[in-house]
Amino acid sequence: MKSLAELQAIRDKARASVNIRENAGAETRVLVGMATCGIAAGARPVLNAFVEEVAKRGLKDTMVTQTGCIGICQYEPVVEVVTPGKEKVTYVKMTAEKAVRVVNDHLVNGNVVTEYTIGANAIGAK
Amino acid sequence: MFRSNVLVCGGTGCTSSNSEQIIEKLNEEIKAQGLDKEVNVIRTGCFGLCALGPIMVVYPEGAFYSRVTPEDVPEIVSEHLLKGRIVTRLLYQETVVDENTTKSLNETKFYAKQMRIALRNCGVINPELIDEYIAQDGYAALGKVLTEMTPQQVIQTMLDSGLRGRGGAGFPTGLKWKFAAANQADQKYACCNADEGDPGAFMDRSVLEGDPHSVLEAMAIAGYAIGASQGYIYIRAEYPIAVKRLQIAINQAREYGLLGKNIFDSGFDFDIDIRLGAGAFVCGEETALMTSIEGKRGEPRVRPPFPALKGLFGKPTVLNNVETYANIPQIILKGADWFRSIGTEKSPGTKVFALGGKITNTGLVEVPMGTTLREVVEDIGGGVPDGHTFKAAQTGGPSGGCIPASLIDTPIDYDNLIAIGSMMGSGGLIVMDETTCMVDIAKFFLEFTVDESCGKCTPCRVGTKRLLEILDKITKGNGTLEDIDKLEELCYYIKENSLCGLGQTAPNPVLSTLKYYRDEYEAHVTEHRCPAGACKALTNFHIEADKCKGCTLCARNCPVGAISGKVKEAHVIDTEKCIKCGVCMEKCKFNAVVKK
Repeated sequence: MKSLAELQAIRDKARASVNIRENAGAETRVLVGMATCGIAAGARPVLNAFVEEVAKRGLKDTMVTQTGCIGICQYEPVVEVVTPGKEKVTYVKMTAEKAVRVVNDHLVNGNVVTEYTIGANAIGAK
Repeated sequence: MFRSNVLVCGGTGCTSSNSEQIIEKLNEEIKAQGLDKEVNVIRTGCFGLCALGPIMVVYPEGAFYSRVTPEDVPEIVSEHLLKGRIVTRLLYQETVVDENTTKSLNETKFYAKQMRIALRNCGVINPELIDEYIAQDGYAALGKVLTEMTPQQVIQTMLDSGLRGRGGAGFPTGLKWKFAAANQADQKYACCNADEGDPGAFMDRSVLEGDPHSVLEAMAIAGYAIGASQGYIYIRAEYPIAVKRLQIAINQAREYGLLGKNIFDSGFDFDIDIRLGAGAFVCGEETALMTSIEGKRGEPRVRPPFPALKGLFGKPTVLNNVETYANIPQIILKGADWFRSIGTEKSPGTKVFALGGKITNTGLVEVPMGTTLREVVEDIGGGVPDGHTFKAAQTGGPSGGCIPASLIDTPIDYDNLIAIGSMMGSGGLIVMDETTCMVDIAKFFLEFTVDESCGKCTPCRVGTKRLLEILDKITKGNGTLEDIDKLEELCYYIKENSLCGLGQTAPNPVLSTLKYYRDEYEAHVTEHRCPAGACKALTNFHIEADKCKGCTLCARNCPVGAISGKVKEAHVIDTEKCIKCGVCMEKCKFNAVVKK
């Protein structure tokens, strides 16, 4: 170890893996439906994409976690974003690519990606 | 990137209740479910709630599972880790609010009143990965010291912080460093006392198991402050997990150049080696410890000269306790004023206690100095179990004394404990209820010191032996009132004339129980009665005829056939045959068996 900068570099790199242990009380929660229906529809890559992207963006106050089936199995993979004081946003038929956009637009910039939400995708909605 | 972290306690307590198998099984199941790239299993140090071990915490949810068995693992993996459904039945029940809500660990009674400085990383990081320690600002204090501060400034910070030695005596750490720094020599040493020997004390072990790097970092800081280039950690061989993790930590620190030559390009060299102790209690005494490191028989020597002048190999040496060291990086990073703002004026900071004995939450707690014994025992410790009542707490192990129930509201700090005839000691806190006999407790500790006296000086070697003989006589009902007076006189004699701390403090358990429970001693002598019903020689079992239903359960379970009586008639115990094992009392459903 020759300098503080070197130590800081190791610290920053290691932070990412330790952060998760301090976010239990995080403000924003991203809930990925991981019941049998969700898993079958491909929820796991979605979950992992959220985890990667949130870490990449260094979002300290966001927790990515799983939840069970909320009953709309035909729309799986379903992802809910819960922020205190705001209306819950439900994204449906998610993919890993869509997940990246939700993190960037919604979680970072605060713009709900309306076209992925259940409102835009419900049967008959055009 | 792992989406979930599973932290499993790998401290000695949880390891002895199978946490290793749990980790193995976890890895196996996680692999079987194809989750091994998503879920990270981490073996941590002690969480503190040893009574509920093995402990497992799953993040990001922060679900706190207690008393997990290897059989529970498949369910946790398939339900929680795969499907995200927390296994409520395995949660620490205090964290369960209702079916769908849990509260965080820090809101539970056990953790709410705690403040973790020395234990800050225990149960949070993987102690075998230096990167995780660095992620928690590890080695930043050493970096700050070496690049921004002079040794004098470091010592001044320690003096200002008011940190006192956590090993028991409470000597100001900064002062120790100042003395050692002032003495010129070609070689100096910064050593760590990890020879934790008090029965019931395990805080140093837990720090070393859970956060070994914090001690290494602090030792290097001490080395810089006093001008030492070599450190030794003296640790007992009975702590295999701690020794292993320390060695791993030292190797990793050397690899990163955080130990060795020219650390942070500052020109400062420092390295650390481990020395194993064979488990002699006296080697926790500083001069005996250093004699043992030198390769000689672990016996104390006369002070002065103090180690700061002539210590290890005759060179100026600083010797601090594990917990003391664990506080130091935080003091450097956050400043002396921050540390002073915690605790009491004369005892700043926190203290770790190992709760044991008759208490619900056996385990490890860290509280600000000045917290009352009541808060520690009742709020954090969960009180005395099984409907018994709190009688006294023993602090300081065989060197300390007891605090009776009447003084339960005493704020705990160094000076208050000395004032009431006990001492802080290293932090063992043994809770006793009304079934504990105070004469018997004193005898227990004296048995320990008689065994552990090194024999170099007569007051300790012979004196403690005689103390034990008198105590034995009293607990057998053969004592006299003169014996009690002799006991007391001998205590003072041993205290004043012994060579080292072991002998000087050995009579404390007797003196403090005499101070608060003289009536119990007298009951043994004059009435041949043990008020707590603990001394076998003075206790007889009886069956109360009016309560006995004649169910024969006691007679059938008596291992020596001492109980006789007909069905549906009152039974009788033959006190000649009775071996006082207490089985009849346990078995009786009508509380008809009593101790007299």
